[in-house]
Amino acid sequence: MSILVKEDTRILVQGITGDFGARHARLSLDYGSQVVAGVTPGKGGQVFEHAGKKVPIFNTVAEAAKQTGATVSAIFVPPPFAADAILECFDADLDLAVAITEGIPVRDMVRAKRAMAGRRTRLIGPNCPGLVTPGRGDKSSGGCRIGIAPGYIHRRGNVGVVSRSGTLTYEAVWQLTCRGKGQSTCVGIGGDPVNGTSHLDVIKLFNDDPETEAIIMIGEIGGNAEVEAARWIKAHCKKPVAGFIAGATAPAGRRMGHAGAVIGGAEDTAAAKIKIFQECGISVAATPSDMADALLRIWKG
Amino acid sequence: MNIHEYQAKELFAQFGVAVPKGVAVTSAAEFEGALAKIDTTGGIMVKSQIHAGGRGKGTFTDGFKGGVKFSPTKEKALENAKAMLGNTLVTAQTGPDGRKVQTIYFTEAANLGKRPDGRDDEYYLAILLDRATSFPVIVASTEGGMEIEHVAHHTPEKIFKVQVDPAVGLQAFQARQIAFALGFSGDLFKQCVTLVTKLYQFYWEKDCAMVEVNPLLVTKEGKLLALDAKVSFDDNALFRHPDVVALRDLNEEDAKEIEASKFGLSYIALDGNIACLVNGAGLAMSTMDIIQHFGGSPANFLDVGGGATKDQVTAAFKIILGDANVKGILVNIFGGIMDCNVIATGIIEAVKETGLKLPLVVRLEGNNVEAGKATLAASGLTIVSGDSMADAAQKIVKLVNNK
Repeated sequence: MSILVKEDTRILVQGITGDFGARHARLSLDYGSQVVAGVTPGKGGQVFEHAGKKVPIFNTVAEAAKQTGATVSAIFVPPPFAADAILECFDADLDLAVAITEGIPVRDMVRAKRAMAGRRTRLIGPNCPGLVTPGRGDKSSGGCRIGIAPGYIHRRGNVGVVSRSGTLTYEAVWQLTCRGKGQSTCVGIGGDPVNGTSHLDVIKLFNDDPETEAIIMIGEIGGNAEVEAARWIKAHCKKPVAGFIAGATAPAGRRMGHAGAVIGGAEDTAAAKIKIFQECGISVAATPSDMADALLRIWKG
Repeated sequence: MNIHEYQAKELFAQFGVAVPKGVAVTSAAEFEGALAKIDTTGGIMVKSQIHAGGRGKGTFTDGFKGGVKFSPTKEKALENAKAMLGNTLVTAQTGPDGRKVQTIYFTEAANLGKRPDGRDDEYYLAILLDRATSFPVIVASTEGGMEIEHVAHHTPEKIFKVQVDPAVGLQAFQARQIAFALGFSGDLFKQCVTLVTKLYQFYWEKDCAMVEVNPLLVTKEGKLLALDAKVSFDDNALFRHPDVVALRDLNEEDAKEIEASKFGLSYIALDGNIACLVNGAGLAMSTMDIIQHFGGSPANFLDVGGGATKDQVTAAFKIILGDANVKGILVNIFGGIMDCNVIATGIIEAVKETGLKLPLVVRLEGNNVEAGKATLAASGLTIVSGDSMADAAQKIVKLVNNK
């Protein structure tokens, strides 16, 4: 198994006719993922074609889901309209909405997250690289790639990876793959202060997933999500966990690229989070080059 | 995006939040005219307008003390304003270089000060996002006029919080809860309920990141006023508030950061000597960290984003080289989807265009990486290749520290 998505998960892409959405829809098709529908309001009836594959485009998410059996959406809609796209996924009762879009106003996300309460749809992101369940083919092809991560760096295996950051996730995944250790699922939860799925949500899923044997959790300065997850891990998690916190050198009060990465108080500095990780039995990587090795020090695979 | 106190108070007034009357000016020639527009009989507050906090306790670089001064007479106000305008104010938040004061704000100061019983009637009020719940939270305290972090640490029981459900907005009972918690009754209670309600409306409608009133003050006449105002906005929402964008003061921002934003680069200057150029915010932060881990000192945060075109890389090099402290550069790119060979070509062109003489270490990983490394090696330029982040960081630290 894996978490959230499997090789045969049927994906729709909101914003498939935009440059960004189209490019990554093609890459997902090349990877062998089941991209079965596109949604662009007003372009229903058109067809998105790539390498001999034809993906029908619909006006609404509900229609796309009904016609194609898609259960997961990848959202590449521009920021002013992205929260609306997320709400449309809730309305269509999808399993999962993955919002890649960067730069959504916080107020829009506060409203969208409130609207998620009581719905069956889980939101991942926004401002995230998406998620990958690697396949078993050459360079992990045949897997489920939703979002913008490079597929080929993965390898199917037993390590779950959760992170806010895209490139830092790729760094961890590539270190694992180079050491012959594959991944069950890699989840980028996004760098915004308001997001749909937290570190802890993903850790719980990994803890319950039989295929996942070990976990890498990558965090950064700002907020207390990593701390919350670490305390839960200490009390409940049965699997070895390695961790890394980015931002030890970040100045207080400055937004470091990610809107969520701002040191607000004494509790959300890198040093404070690293100390809590260590107290909770997490193997902490001293540098970002050390993430896979930090895990391999406590887990032999 | 941050704005000045006088701009925040003008917005407050538009939304019906009570503030002392005031006038802001940018030249000494306008001082007398400004003072003529307000009631100066009870004294005047003369306030330096910079984006950093701690102004009252700040010192100007010429030794003049206090960026915010109570002035009992017009003459004293003119004297204080002349001492502040054009002068550079250093506060706990500006860093040692301080900020040049380019705007002076005069406000009416009648009826301020202690109550007849000697008690300071200063309160604290703020509205911001509570990340733990993803709800807006209103924070109130009877301990105004001091740093809220200090209150939170020493007397947390004196901080009162109300979470606002975004589905229904601020409710009347919640505004009443705050007014009760601050100990108000009678007419002041009504004023407080109104002020909190209007302030929340402002916070929500204008997409504020944070609104802080410290102190909120009761005058001797029994009026509740926002005596100071600190407001910042969500950058992601500026597209729907052109009136807010018009308040941006580029004098308060780092020139290199402004230049970087034109090329879609996210740049923040730091005080070290090893510059870095990275794709992705998380990787950029950790590149700074790993430089420090191996004994170096990062000169900046620079995220070129997912694309990293040749134009962006060239612009990034120019911005980095504009910092005289920089003694070496580390490029760290995980080109997952991007072609590393295209990035390598961009780096070579940027090096040639800027005539770079400083040590340069490049760590490339990802798509078509072998071709990228070969292109760098064949360029004839002195570019050191790093095999991993750790290897690259150690190499640049050694090159810079051994010079």
